[in-house]
This record gives sequence, C-alpha cells and structure tokens, in this order.
Amino acid sequence: MSNDAMTMEAATNPPVLADSARGPVIHPRWVRVTHWINALAMLLMIGSGWQIYDAAPLFGFEFSPHIALGGWLAGALMWHFAAMWLLLINGLVYGALGILSGRFRRKLFPIRPREVLRDLSAALRGRLAHDDLAVYNAVQKLLYLGILLTGVVIVLSGLSIWKPVQFQALTAFFGGYNTARYVHFAAMTAIVTFLCVHVTLAVLVPTSLRAMIAGR
Amino acid sequence: MSSKRKPAAGVDVKLLIKDAAKLLPEPSRRLFLRGAGSLGALALLSGCDIIDGDTAEKALGVVSRFNDRVQALLFNPNTLAPTYPESMITRPFPFNAYYHEDEAPDIDGETYQLEIGGLVGNKKPWTLPELYKLPEVSQITRHVCVEGWSAIGSWQGVKLSDFLKLIGADLTAKYVWFQCAEGYSTTIDMPSALHPQTQLTLKFDRQILPTAYGFPIKIRIPTKLGFKNPKYVTAMWVQNNDAGGYWEDKGYNWFSGL
Repeated sequence: MSNDAMTMEAATNPPVLADSARGPVIHPRWVRVTHWINALAMLLMIGSGWQIYDAAPLFGFEFSPHIALGGWLAGALMWHFAAMWLLLINGLVYGALGILSGRFRRKLFPIRPREVLRDLSAALRGRLAHDDLAVYNAVQKLLYLGILLTGVVIVLSGLSIWKPVQFQALTAFFGGYNTARYVHFAAMTAIVTFLCVHVTLAVLVPTSLRAMIAGR
Repeated sequence: MSSKRKPAAGVDVKLLIKDAAKLLPEPSRRLFLRGAGSLGALALLSGCDIIDGDTAEKALGVVSRFNDRVQALLFNPNTLAPTYPESMITRPFPFNAYYHEDEAPDIDGETYQLEIGGLVGNKKPWTLPELYKLPEVSQITRHVCVEGWSAIGSWQGVKLSDFLKLIGADLTAKYVWFQCAEGYSTTIDMPSALHPQTQLTLKFDRQILPTAYGFPIKIRIPTKLGFKNPKYVTAMWVQNNDAGGYWEDKGYNWFSGL
C-alpha cells in the first residue's frame, strides 16, 4: 500500500490512526463493522430465503427446515423482509465509503487477466503467498469484485420479485418475474459458494481472520 | 402449488394436498426462530438473551407493519400491472386455497346476494343478475402467489372503483373488508381498492367464474399478492378499522403489494 493510500485510509478513521504504532492497519474500522453486519444480514437472508424457496421450489429439491430460518413461510418472509433493511442499508454505507475512500479502486484494481491466471495457477498448487494481507492477489481482486457485483444483482433481482408491478422495468430487465426468481436463486448460489471458499481460506490463513476482527 | 414433500405419519393427507395447508405450523411460540439455532448467528443472539422467541416475533411484527407503510408509499395509483396476450394465459389456471378443490364452497347463484355494509350510501344487497348487467372490464394479468409461483389469468367484471361510487361508498374511508363463504376474509387499503385494475370479478376467461376460481365473486387485484384476492365473496364492508384477514392474522404481511 502506498503512503498516500495509507494516509487516506487512516484519514477516514481517526481512531485507528491513534494506535497505528502497532503495525499497519489492514482493514479500517468501517470495513470490519460493515463486514460483520453484512455477514449477519447474509446469514439471515440466506436462511429465510431457503425457507421461502421451499414454499414453491424452483428445482427438484427442498432445503431442510433444520438449516432454514423462520419455521414456515410467514415467519421466513418476516425475517427476509426485516433483514433486507440491514443488508441494504449496510451495503449502501459500505459501497459509499468504499468508493469515496478510494478503497475499492486501490484494492481491487487493476485486474489483469495474465495476473489472474498466474495467481490462480499458484493458488491451485498451494503456492500463493500471503505475505502482505493488505495487498490482494489477482484472484482475490477478481473474486471480491465479483461478489460485490453479485450482491448488487441479488438485491436488484430481489426487489424485482418483491415489486414486479411498481418496479416492472427492473423486473423486465431480469427477464420477467419467473426468470428473476432464477436469477435471485443463482445469485444466492454464487454467494453461498463464495462463502464456503471465503470461510475455508480465512481458517487456513488465521491472520486474515484476525485482521478482519482486530484490524491488523 | 403442490409440492413433492412427504406428509408426516399420522397427518391427514387430504389437508396437505394443496399448497398453503402444508405450510401452517402448529400453534406455538418461538416458531419464527425455529431453525435459527443451526444457523449459528441467532444462537449467538438468543444465547446472550438479547432476543427470545416472543421478542423476536414482536420485533418482526413491528418491521412488518413498517413495511406496510413503505409499500403504501411505493404504491403508485397510476402504475398499471403489466398485461399479457391471450396466448400467454396459464392453462389450466391453478386452483389455490388452504383446502382441497373438492371442499371449495358451492354457492347457489339463484339465491346469492352480495351483502354491502359500512360507510356506504346504499346498503341494498346485490343479486348476480343485477351485477352481470353492470359495464364489464377485462384484464389479462399475472397472479403472484405469496409462495413465489405465478400464473397468468384472464378476468372480467366490474371496475371496483366504479362499483364503490355506484353504491355511494365513502371513498375517504381507509379500508375495504371482504368476507367469503368459507370463512376466509381479507382487508385492503382504499387506494388499492380504487386502483384502475382492481376488479369485482364475475368471469374467468370470459366464462362465468367456475367454482374453482371463486364463483360467484372474486376480487381481482393485480397489484397485490394472490391471498389478497379473495374468492367466494359474500360481503363487502367499507370501514375505517382494519379487520385483518385469514392469512394476515397468521403472519403474512398485511399490505402485500406487488
């Protein structure tokens, strides 16, 4: 991370600057707070979403009620439409700060296809180094950008299912009401897949988990 | 819509045949938290006694009522639900209720009268021949079920806003409540009742409503979820108090706008 970037990051988080003597801050406080709020909101949305799915399954399977949230359809809908506010507001705060602080631009760009291939190959051979947690490798950049865009897709496709009359242009954009349900499901699948890889890697590289809790 | 779920032993299979019935829980507290334990996140919260089942249900109820207000604000009285060509009508259009189709109320059209009550000028009940004489409007719109599935149907009948004016209803009243033959009921907000596509429906696909689709009267509201579109309607009241409804009282969101 450049000195300029450090200054910018710290400037948006004066409390972190105060004890910067203990090593560089990897994740400023606003990133950590919004990350964990998002984690809770996502778990609530996924769990209740699975229960809602079970009321009219799109495919030939159902989610076990033991891993779904809400007990039955009405309970699940109440959770889903309550947690959506948490997800939406937290997501907007995170997105605004990510753009305004320059963190997205600095951390996620540029993404060069050649570097993605190199790092992916290294990762699959178990040779991808994580010497500096503050710098994302090309695969991380691609995945983090991808998951941010998936987050946008899941919110917008969700809105198009919830309000197919008031937001009918959005619903049409997703291919109509029925197709929007599949888009919403596909985005959920992408997020759950990401979550599995994300949590596995956080456990394999515990310093990254510490950084997301303590900041460094 | 029917599902492939296997009914538990000792459960009346007939009750489980169609959709909503299978979703009804046994009356019990903490239902909304069921499954949350394995989710982890909420086990943490409830373990700290920040929320228990009752508190969670109350909090979720508060948010649901907040969502009613948000949806009332999002509702644009001039935004029309998308309409479709006849070729897109879902055939057969699904029967849907919390009971089996065989148990749908069988109403005698000869003696039937629509009861009118509440804040209206003329409370004279309406017979079917009288209703069939009123100017007819038609729509081919998408019925969206709270369960997620949808189906496109063709409905004909009287514009509800015209009918409300005809009977001298107080259009500044807050709600319209519908009572149905089998004990079902629902309450809708006046702006939705006055929406240009909200219809006192007498026909499906240009034929007198068959029993399955709500004979003799269905209220078709393409801007609301299916359960806010009552069938077998026997009474309509214009009033200022929210009388709730069959599903609303069980936890489905009250406004349920689309």
